Amino acid sequence: MVSFYGRESKSRLLIGTALYPSPAIMQDAIRASGAEIVTVSLRRESSGGRVGHAFWSLIRELGVTVLPNTAGCRSVQEAVTTAQLARELFDTPWIKLEVIGDDEILQPDVVGLVEAAAILFKDGFEVFPYCTEDLTVALRLRDIGCRVIMPWAAPIGSARGLVNRDALKLLRARLPEVTLVVDAGLGAPSHAAEALELGYDAVLLNTAVAKAADPVGMANAFRLAVEAGRLALKSGLMGPRDFASPSTPIVGTPFWHAVS
Amino acid sequence: MQVIVNGERTEVAATNLRSLIDELDYDGTHVAVAVNAHVVPRARWTATNLETGDEIEIISPRQGG
Repeated sequence: MVSFYGRESKSRLLIGTALYPSPAIMQDAIRASGAEIVTVSLRRESSGGRVGHAFWSLIRELGVTVLPNTAGCRSVQEAVTTAQLARELFDTPWIKLEVIGDDEILQPDVVGLVEAAAILFKDGFEVFPYCTEDLTVALRLRDIGCRVIMPWAAPIGSARGLVNRDALKLLRARLPEVTLVVDAGLGAPSHAAEALELGYDAVLLNTAVAKAADPVGMANAFRLAVEAGRLALKSGLMGPRDFASPSTPIVGTPFWHAVS
Repeated sequence: MQVIVNGERTEVAATNLRSLIDELDYDGTHVAVAVNAHVVPRARWTATNLETGDEIEIISPRQGG
């Protein structure tokens, strides 16, 4: 079990709800992933529109916990107001806090992120900050109250996997008490397994499943990879070595130490 | 009275938020509202009077990652 601000989840996979070929495939993929927590966003509703209402009905059918995001926000004020709207809309203190600092690579504005997170904690939110792998930023986030921190593996939707593995390892070592989630940039189930093998508590992904040729099959693959990564960590991974070490016993090798 | 709804200038007869929601046919939908960047809980819609030029955001759930 992994704890997100006291909410225990059996699944270590959090999944997004965007970019699927159809609403039915989205529902089937989320079910196949085993995820208990899904991310959602909020957008302007047109006059007389029922788009949001229809989407919300689909999510409620799944019986999952929602984690609203502040995707697209580029300032502290936008992110804070969006979080407050999300709390009103979804009736939850949870917020996946995104403050975007660069449009090309969607890199978090970590200065604005820390500032917004501090404001939201004072306002009673439980913040899931989307950050870079920078250690000092993560320490600041922890110090202001974040019990969940979500560094990127690579830019959103890039499918590049754990680009800065050493920094992610360092975060895990320095923040043992925080629920750490690799969020963004995963492309293959092996990337997810690698994150869990490093000791990350969970992964959050969307595009890699939603844009697969078979999203339901890929959701299954990620579910299995996350389970495999976690089981490998608990079972004790061996460390790398510089030289070979034979696995087959040497004693008794035919012609070994032939009598002279 | 002219107000700005989701970034568009809109002429409305409504003088409070509750009646604006009804007038623009949002009634019964799952929405949250902010007026001039301040969130207004549903329970306060009727008591929230509108003024010319108010900026109103009306949002609903969407897909997200």
